[in-house]
Amino acid sequence: MARVPLMYSLRNLWTRRLTTLLTAGGMALVVFVYAAVRMLDAGLKETLVDTGSVDNAVVIRKGSGTEIQSIVSREQAATVESLPQVAMGPGASPLISKETVVLIALTKRGVDKPTNVVIRGVGPFGMQLRPQVHLVAGRMFRPGSAEVIAAANVADRFQGVGLGQPVRFGGRDWTIVGLFDAGNTAFDSELWGDVDQLMQAFRRGAFSSLVFRLTTRDDFEAAHTRLDEDPRLGLEAKRERQFYADQSEALSKFINILGVTLSAIFSIGAVIGAMITMYSAVATRTAEIGTLRALGFRRANVMLAFLAESLFLALLGGVVGLALASGMQWVSLTTTNFQTFAELAFSFRLTPGIVGETLAFSLAMGLIGGFLPAVRAGRLKIVEALREG
Amino acid sequence: MFFTLRLILRNALRHRLRTALTVLGMVVAVLAFGLLRTFVDAWYSGANAAAANRIVSRNAVSLTFSLPMSYRERIRAVPGVKQVSWANWFGGVYKEPKNFFAQFAIDPRTYLEVYPELLLTEDERANFFRDRKSCIVGEKLARRFGWQVGDTITLRGAIYSGDWDFVIRGIYRGATQSTDESTMFFHYDYLNETLQRRSKRWGNQVGVFIAEVEQADNVAQVALDIDAQFRNSAAETLTETERAFQLSFVAMSEAIIQAIRLVSYVVVVIIMAVMANTMAMTVRERTSEYATLKALGFRPLYVAGLILGESLLIALAGGALGIVLTQPAARALGASLGNFLPGLVVSHETLGLQWIAAALVGLVAALAPMRRASRLRIVEALRAYA
Repeated sequence: MARVPLMYSLRNLWTRRLTTLLTAGGMALVVFVYAAVRMLDAGLKETLVDTGSVDNAVVIRKGSGTEIQSIVSREQAATVESLPQVAMGPGASPLISKETVVLIALTKRGVDKPTNVVIRGVGPFGMQLRPQVHLVAGRMFRPGSAEVIAAANVADRFQGVGLGQPVRFGGRDWTIVGLFDAGNTAFDSELWGDVDQLMQAFRRGAFSSLVFRLTTRDDFEAAHTRLDEDPRLGLEAKRERQFYADQSEALSKFINILGVTLSAIFSIGAVIGAMITMYSAVATRTAEIGTLRALGFRRANVMLAFLAESLFLALLGGVVGLALASGMQWVSLTTTNFQTFAELAFSFRLTPGIVGETLAFSLAMGLIGGFLPAVRAGRLKIVEALREG
Repeated sequence: MFFTLRLILRNALRHRLRTALTVLGMVVAVLAFGLLRTFVDAWYSGANAAAANRIVSRNAVSLTFSLPMSYRERIRAVPGVKQVSWANWFGGVYKEPKNFFAQFAIDPRTYLEVYPELLLTEDERANFFRDRKSCIVGEKLARRFGWQVGDTITLRGAIYSGDWDFVIRGIYRGATQSTDESTMFFHYDYLNETLQRRSKRWGNQVGVFIAEVEQADNVAQVALDIDAQFRNSAAETLTETERAFQLSFVAMSEAIIQAIRLVSYVVVVIIMAVMANTMAMTVRERTSEYATLKALGFRPLYVAGLILGESLLIALAGGALGIVLTQPAARALGASLGNFLPGLVVSHETLGLQWIAAALVGLVAALAPMRRASRLRIVEALRAYA
C-alpha cells in the first residue's frame, strides 16, 4: 500500500489558513528570538576574534585579562622588545607598538548619558600591525602633536566627534584629523592618538600593553615561554586573536544563557500551540481518518501524515522566523563589554550553521508538538471513526 | 446570571486536554513575562536604592581615573555638604574569576554614616573599626560562600596586584529590600598604605567621593558648586546624584535591557496567538450550537459574551497560576543569579501588569471568534451542520 501523499498534509494546512497562520506565526516569533540571540553571539565573536591578527602577539601584565587593568613598565617593554621572536620592520627596528589604553567618557548622539570609549595611544607601527585599519578621511595624526584619529563609527555615534573637531580630555583639546575604518572589528569603537602624548596628558608612567609582529606564526610558543619563565617580569603573552576572543567571554556567556532560557520558555508556548492545533485537526477530521484507514492506509501511514503536517507547520514557522531574523543583519548594536568596561559596537551575523541550527530547532518543536496528536490519529478504530463522522 | 456562568464553565471544560494545554501556555507566558520584568527591575535596583540626599563625584574623564585624596576637605567645605566619604573599586578575584562580587575600599566611619542602610550590630561595627585588615560583607554574599564572622578570605588583585587577606568582622544587612547585600567593604587605609609603599604615585587616590547633602532640595546646586571648585584643575570632577550615577551603569547595557523588555512583550504576543487559535477552533466546532442558541432567542451579544467569558476564564486561570508561581521562581532565580543581580524582587507593578496581560490575552483572543459567532446566520449555520 502506498504512503499517504505529502500533498494531503500540505493541503490541509492551506484549508485551515487562519489556524495555520496563528500557529506558524507563534512559532516564527520563537524562532526569530532564538536565531537573533545566536546571531548576536556570532556577531560579537566575529567582531572580537577578527580584531586580532594571527601574526601578532599581545603582552599584558599577568592576570590582568584586559588592557585597562594592565601595566607594563618601560623597562619591561624594553625586555619584550629585545625578544628574538619580534619581527624586524623597516630600518631594522622591531615591529612593536607600545600602547596605552585609556577610557574616556563621551556623550552619545540623542542621549544624555556618557559612555566609556577607548582611546588608544599607539606607537609608530600601530597602524602597520593592524592591516584592517585604514583611513577613510583626513590624514594620520602627527607624532608629538595633540592630534587624534577616530573610528568613523565613533564619529557617527557620538556628539562632537567629527573631522576637524576638538575633543577635550586629559586637560587638553585634541583635534580629530582623520577618520578610520577598521572593518567591523573592536577598533571601530576606538580613538587613536600618539602614545607619548597621551601618557603625558594622563600622567602615566607605564604602558598598558604591547603588540608585536611574530617573526613566524610558530614562534609564539617560544615567546610565550620566554616571558612566562621570567618571574621578575610578571608579563603574559597571548596570541592577538586569543586575546580578543577572551574579551568576549563574559558577554557571550551572558547572551547565551539569556538566549537559551528565553528560547526554552518560548518554545513551550509554541509547542503547546502546535499541539492544540494538531489535536483539533485530528478531532475535526475523525471521519476522514476513518475513510483513509478503510481505504487501506495503515496506522503508521496515518500517523506519519499528521506528523508531516505538524513538521510542515513548524518548517513554515522556521522559515518565516529566519527571514525576519535575517533582516536583523542590518541592525548594529552597541553595548558595554563587562570585561573591558568600554563600549563595543557589533552587529547580528547570520551564518549557515545558525540557519541549520534554527531550522532543526523549529522542526524539533513541530515534532514534539505533533507527536501525541499523530499517535492519537493512528490509533483511531476504523468503525468508530467512520461512525463519528 | 448563575446559569450563564455555569454554561461558560462547562464550555471551558468540554475539551479538557485543550483547555489544560492552553492554561499551561498561559502559565508559562505570564510567568516568563513576570520574571523578565523582575530581571529588568533588578537592573535598576541600584538606582532605586539611591538616596535623594547623596551625590557622587568622580573624575570627569571617566570612572577609571581617580581623584586626589586632598579633594576631600575641599568638598566638605562646600556649603550644604554635611558629610563626605569615599570609596575605591578594588576589583579582586576570589579564587576564580567566576566568583565575581563587588569590593570597595572605604573609610569605615564616614561611609557607614553616609550609608545608614548598611546595618551592623554594635560589636561588629566596633570590631570592623578596630581591625585595619578587616572587612564586612553583605548577608547574601556571606551565604553564597558560606562565610562566617572571623573567617579570613584572600583576594587576588586584578587592578592592584598581589594577594590580599581580609578578616570578616561583620555581616551587614540591608535596611530595605532594595539594599544590595552582596558587596564587600574594607579599610581604604589598608589599601592606601600598601600602595604607597609600592610607589608614591599610586597613593592617596580615590575612586569616588560621596557627599551627604544637608537638604535634598539642594543637591543640584551643591553638585555644581563642587564641580566649580575643581574646574581647570588636573583632575576635574563630575558630580551627579547617586541615582544618576547608578543609572549611568544601567545605560551601558541599555541595548540588552531594551531587548529583554521587548522580548517580555513578545512572549505575551506568542501566547496571544496560541489562545486566539484555541478560541477560533472552539467557535468553529460549536457553530451549530451557537446557531441553536440564537434560534432559541438568545441575543447575539449574549452568544458573544459566552465566548468572551470562556476566553477570559481560561486566560485568567492560567494567569493566576502563573502569578502565584512568579514569587518562588524569582527566588530560585535569585539564588542562582544573585551575584550579578542583587535585587530580584517581584514588584507590585509587575504583578499588576501580569494580571493586565492575562486579561488582555483573553480579550484579544476572543475578538475574532465573537464577531464570527454574533454575525452567524442561523439558517445557514444549521443547514451547514445538517
